[in-house]
Amino acid sequence: MNQTPIYKQYHPKWYRKRVSTYWWTQQWSYLKFTLRELTSLSVAYFVVIMLLQVAALNQGPDAYTRFQEWLKTPVAIVLNVIALFFVLFHTITWFNLAPRAMPVRVGGKRLPDWMVAAPNYVAWLVISAVVAWLIVRK
Amino acid sequence: MAKRSNEPFLWALFSSGGVVAAFLIPVLLVLYGLAFPLGWLEAPSYQSTLELLRHPLTRIVLFVLCSLPLFHWAHRFRFTLYDGLQIKHLNELINFFCYGGAIAGTVLAGYLLWNVP
Amino acid sequence: MAETITVEVTRYRPEQESEPTFESFEVPLRTDWVVLDALNYIKDQVDGSLSYRWSCRMGVCGSCGMMVNGEPKLTCATFLSHYTPGPVRVEPLTYFPIVRDLVIEMTDFLVKLRSVKPWIVREDEKPLSEGEYLQTPEQLDDYTQFSMCINCMLCYAACPVYGLDEHFIGPAAIALAQRYNKDSRDQGSEERLDILSQHEGIWACTFVGECTKVCPKNVDPAGAIQQYKLTATKEWFKDFLMPWRSR
Repeated sequence: MNQTPIYKQYHPKWYRKRVSTYWWTQQWSYLKFTLRELTSLSVAYFVVIMLLQVAALNQGPDAYTRFQEWLKTPVAIVLNVIALFFVLFHTITWFNLAPRAMPVRVGGKRLPDWMVAAPNYVAWLVISAVVAWLIVRK
Repeated sequence: MAKRSNEPFLWALFSSGGVVAAFLIPVLLVLYGLAFPLGWLEAPSYQSTLELLRHPLTRIVLFVLCSLPLFHWAHRFRFTLYDGLQIKHLNELINFFCYGGAIAGTVLAGYLLWNVP
Repeated sequence: MAETITVEVTRYRPEQESEPTFESFEVPLRTDWVVLDALNYIKDQVDGSLSYRWSCRMGVCGSCGMMVNGEPKLTCATFLSHYTPGPVRVEPLTYFPIVRDLVIEMTDFLVKLRSVKPWIVREDEKPLSEGEYLQTPEQLDDYTQFSMCINCMLCYAACPVYGLDEHFIGPAAIALAQRYNKDSRDQGSEERLDILSQHEGIWACTFVGECTKVCPKNVDPAGAIQQYKLTATKEWFKDFLMPWRSR
């Protein structure tokens, strides 16, 4: 055995603190982030409601009416209000953060974030108006 | 050449789902979740809703609206579980639940929209 | 204004304790003093064994990063008077192993930084006779923001994903990779893509955005990472739709 003799390596005893499972409650910014991430649940909830509505529609006017009645119950209203809050939170945070991922340069200068976010908001209002009109008109 | 991850594809689904959700979900949720049930606006009749739904363009838009946001949820919720509950070691189970759920939802949406009477 | 302020400092002496503790010191409260001045006062006048890193004392070297009242800060750029009446709690940067007192082990960061090849990579070298690489102000503007990074690691201390995930490369390293990717003189984007588009490389990032908030140099690493995600995604689709293209 031809091993160069070396002393046992001295390792300083580093201290590592375990990251708590509740790290996201320990700072307001982390909590806001987690709420933003949880908006995905409301998005999924909306898709489920939509699919249930289409399923009811497919089954006929009685099933559809029953589904409409369920939508009027306090449980449904409360769920929808909560979902709406979270979905709006998603929309606003999404538009506000999008410019950071896609810097827009005009004439060599980078546009400020709000200038890139603003057209998104405008488009959102226009699209919402068009969709609402398509649905509400007789 | 090291193998590059396929995460970019999943991120692309997440992003496009996020865009679709951001633009279309609020107005639809306000209408169908609050305005019609609470009577703020007159709810369209079964017949007019069905006619609107029958249109191929509506069905395509609705399919996209149901599918992509589900993948948005899948990707985002997956990371929420990883980091929020520190269960990344269960990643295979989580991925199956999240993306599997999104795929199941997509298939269901396709089936329902194909079979509109 | 009061005469003194209490400064609570993390003490960790591995040869005599198994866990960090806190020690309080009364430090003169001068309007022009920063937290680093307080630490230097403690070391000079009270307890010479206090260990911490610092160097330029003017916010350009990145050595003196520590947690001040729970926020990652450059101690040379954080005024004591901001925290009256105190106490001011000074702890080592989070998510790094503590070696001693306020000194953290930063090898992980250095390894990850090195892995993204933070230097100009050329496939073909220009001979000296051809002169310098020329760059327009617009080309300079493309990467200047990311070049401001002083490797202070405050962003790592703010990033929960770095704290949780062993393989996540981290904000500063990715921002510096972008600094070179976007440099018109660089030809190393492909090489860096291989490292960064690894499973955890950048994809563990969930855009918490805290890194940008704490950065003392306005590097905006969160923006750099999202921009890179977009680039990597475009490359992925190009590879997917045109697998024959030479890399």
